[in-house]
Amino acid sequence: MMILAADELLAARYQMALSLGFHIVLSCFGVAFPAMIYVLHRRGIRNDDPEALALAKKWGKAAAVLFAVGAVSGTILSFEMGLLWPGLMSTYGDVIGLPFALEGIAFFLEAIFIGIYLYGWGRLRPEVHLRTLIPIMASGLFGTFCILTVNAWMNAPAGFTLLPDGTVTDVDPIAAMFNDALWQQFTHMYVATFIVAGFLTASVYAVGMLRGRRDRSHRLGFTVPFAFAAVAALVQPFVGHVAGMRLDTDQPSKLAAMELATETEDNAPVVIGGVLIDGEVRGGIEIPKLASLLAGNSFDTVITGLDDIPADEQPPVNIVHWSFQIMIAAGTTMAAIGIWWWWRRRRATEPGGEFDSPWFLRATVLAGVLSVVALEAGWITTEVGRQPWIVYGVMRTEDAVTSNSGVWISLAVMVVVYTSMAVVGSRVLLGMARRWREDDSLDLPTPYGPSGVLQSDARDPEAVG
Amino acid sequence: MSLADVAAALMFLGVVAYAILGGADFGSGVWDLLAGGPREGAHLRSQIDRSIGPVWEANHVWLIYVLVFLWTAFPTAFGAIMTTLFIPWLLVGLGIVLRGGAFAFRKFSGSVREAQLHGAVFAASSVVTPFFLGMIAGAVASGRVPADGSGDVWDSWTGPTSWVGGALAVLTVAFLAATFLAADAERGGDHALAGEIGTKAFWSGLVTGAVALVAALAIELDAETLADGLHTRGLVFVIGSAVAGLATLVLLRQRRWAIARLTAVGAVGAIVVGWGVAQYDWLLVDELTIADAAGARATLIGLIIVFAVAAVTAVPALIWLFVLVNQDEWSTTDH
Ligand code: HDD
Ligand code: HEM
Ligand code: HEM
Repeated sequence: MMILAADELLAARYQMALSLGFHIVLSCFGVAFPAMIYVLHRRGIRNDDPEALALAKKWGKAAAVLFAVGAVSGTILSFEMGLLWPGLMSTYGDVIGLPFALEGIAFFLEAIFIGIYLYGWGRLRPEVHLRTLIPIMASGLFGTFCILTVNAWMNAPAGFTLLPDGTVTDVDPIAAMFNDALWQQFTHMYVATFIVAGFLTASVYAVGMLRGRRDRSHRLGFTVPFAFAAVAALVQPFVGHVAGMRLDTDQPSKLAAMELATETEDNAPVVIGGVLIDGEVRGGIEIPKLASLLAGNSFDTVITGLDDIPADEQPPVNIVHWSFQIMIAAGTTMAAIGIWWWWRRRRATEPGGEFDSPWFLRATVLAGVLSVVALEAGWITTEVGRQPWIVYGVMRTEDAVTSNSGVWISLAVMVVVYTSMAVVGSRVLLGMARRWREDDSLDLPTPYGPSGVLQSDARDPEAVG
Repeated sequence: MSLADVAAALMFLGVVAYAILGGADFGSGVWDLLAGGPREGAHLRSQIDRSIGPVWEANHVWLIYVLVFLWTAFPTAFGAIMTTLFIPWLLVGLGIVLRGGAFAFRKFSGSVREAQLHGAVFAASSVVTPFFLGMIAGAVASGRVPADGSGDVWDSWTGPTSWVGGALAVLTVAFLAATFLAADAERGGDHALAGEIGTKAFWSGLVTGAVALVAALAIELDAETLADGLHTRGLVFVIGSAVAGLATLVLLRQRRWAIARLTAVGAVGAIVVGWGVAQYDWLLVDELTIADAAGARATLIGLIIVFAVAAVTAVPALIWLFVLVNQDEWSTTDH
């Protein structure tokens, strides 16, 4: 029975990680992409720039696909809060529910204005149409804030009193929202959305340019998202550093795992690489004193080591350590790529000259990949580093998980569904891009429309598979 | 009315909105399923795309609204519902993901064959999802969800009330959607299509009414508390729903699509409200009352404030959206 329960817990964790890991990439587009569309759309109508306007229109269509999948994967998440973690929600639903409810407003506004924006072409006055992007951007910002209050609360619980008999009283939902981890986590995540959406979009155009398509439309499609991402990538290490500074007091076990700190000490070193085997660090390069400096801006900062943390309160150390290091490595590389671009741009003698180097374009493609790697690694650091707690120091994950057996089955179904969604979604997006290239017509055939049937029959009678 | 009652009422408002708006959305998919091959179905399917394209995401936020209200205001009830009804909720979730994804993919598919595939997924999940939502409603309404969530994972949602709930949900959404689509087609100037869908609305309305009678019988036998409520407090809504339903049928015969849509909304709205009123003050019928399930007071107050904020932000936006899509330029094809 114990083993069975532990197994279910594992399945529930995998399922949560899978659904969140999937949703988070799409939600980055939901948050940051509208700003990039806005820049192009605005340039299109203010500077009378048809290429920018055409690009904005195309991106709107791509966004329609991304947002749809983002919204439905988010809906699944709200089911899963109850399906997988009824113990958490039954006990703390009223402590952390309010930001979810506020987020509902953001979701409504986002969904409403996306509908209006996507269908508004040629139907709304251009200025009004452009402005419908503003509530979309605002609700992305606000929605990120709301959901991060919840996650931050799980890391730094506040706003309630837990009585010895397990009942929760003195609930103060506002205090729960404005917990100690909120601002760091929110800022870090919000900046991350621009890195991810920016570099991924830019990398699509980088691939096009590497294949020789260097028209103005490609340069524009590269530059706008890249500029967003480059700025964000330069800011992110500082924000991340600040995010880490609360850990030595708030979540020492997470910090110990991140830094592979086996003993409590000041002047603690940073260990690059390395694994913990039987309580000892194998391999890895030590940089003396750096961890103390980073965690508290002083060499005297004491970092709690794993020796001072009971074995049953330690997270899976190696996963946390490695995912943290992967995030840092990816983040540093992306910041460097951002600097490289600014440098090339300053030196370029003619417009678009900064794109002459294929290596720079390849680096952008790499940045696209790294952005997702950093995002996922960062979340794994945060979430796995919180283990074995679902609410740090207050509720253990095993006490929150559902009593249902069968989570492995639902996990298996989710794996299949999410994999096919990812594959099919990418195919659809790539197909859109291909059709845009071929005849540059903005309007895709609506396959079910009467004209669409004829149109696409004529287009490619055979190649329909 | 206590704070908890207010919160429950606001939550239930979401249920009603979802039944109508989400319902018309799902129902469009039901008709999509029945529209036939790509050529003969093209007309109807294009209408469906136009009608729900701009609104479908917003329509489904209502479900999230309800869930969030439930776990914030009544945390233990949320835990219980999700634990006991694990399987149908999972199926609903699956249906929602497949439906939303496939709808977007279909619109942007590169070929008819691909669009057909996505369209089939979209349409099939439009039937499956409301069916299981209906079963869930039946489980709660017939008192099969214990307050501690310990209900049997199969038996709790497969009682008679659940089956009729599921069937009625699918029929209702199809009926509702047909009245919406007929009115939309008419406004877009396609009178022939409006007539075609209007006929579907009429017949599905008739079938829905007949099944509702069967459902009433099942509820009498299977869900005593609910039946009691429907005889007393809920009676006026039941009658109202029946009258509005009959009026819809008459209006459909007269081809007055725009008004028929309103009475259809009235019929569906009334019966859903009747259900809520009938089971008051139970949250989980026979198991957990609204008062006992209520969470912290500060949170309930906060929730009501959030609702007020939503009323002045999201509601005007929503109204603007509906006004826009009901304008003539929005009823015709892109360009
Ligand atoms: C593109 C994404 C990205 C990039 C480039 C970075 N991070 Fe990050 N990081 C995240 C994306 C992210 C994240 C996925 O968004 C996390 C997970 C939870 C959170 O709030 O942000 C995160 C968490 C996270 C945490 C844990 C916070 C907590 O558990 O409360 C720390 C200490 C850092 N980051 C530090 C850094 C540093 C020093 C970086 C310097 C290069 C860095 N991150 C780059
Ligand atoms: C901001 C919103 C988020 C919330 C409210 C949230 C909530 C949760 C909850 C309730 C669990 C299960 C309990 C636990 O294992 O502690 C969990 C686990 C997990 N989440 Fe998150 N999460 C969020 C964001 C993310 C994101 C974006 C990722 C991306 C990868 C992620 C990755 C994980 C992982 C890997 C686990 C499993 C940890 C383990 O079991 O070792 N989370 N999260
Ligand atoms: C850091 C984590 C998260 C961020 C930044 C985020 C952001 C977003 C964004 C921007 C959307 C809009 C859809 C889109 O445009 O793609 C969205 C949708 C959604 N998210 Fe998340 N989300 C996060 C985690 C979560 C978690 C943990 C949950 C639930 C427990 C959740 C629930 C939802 C729901 C229900 C929707 C659908 C709303 C709709 O129908 O439009 N999200 N999220």
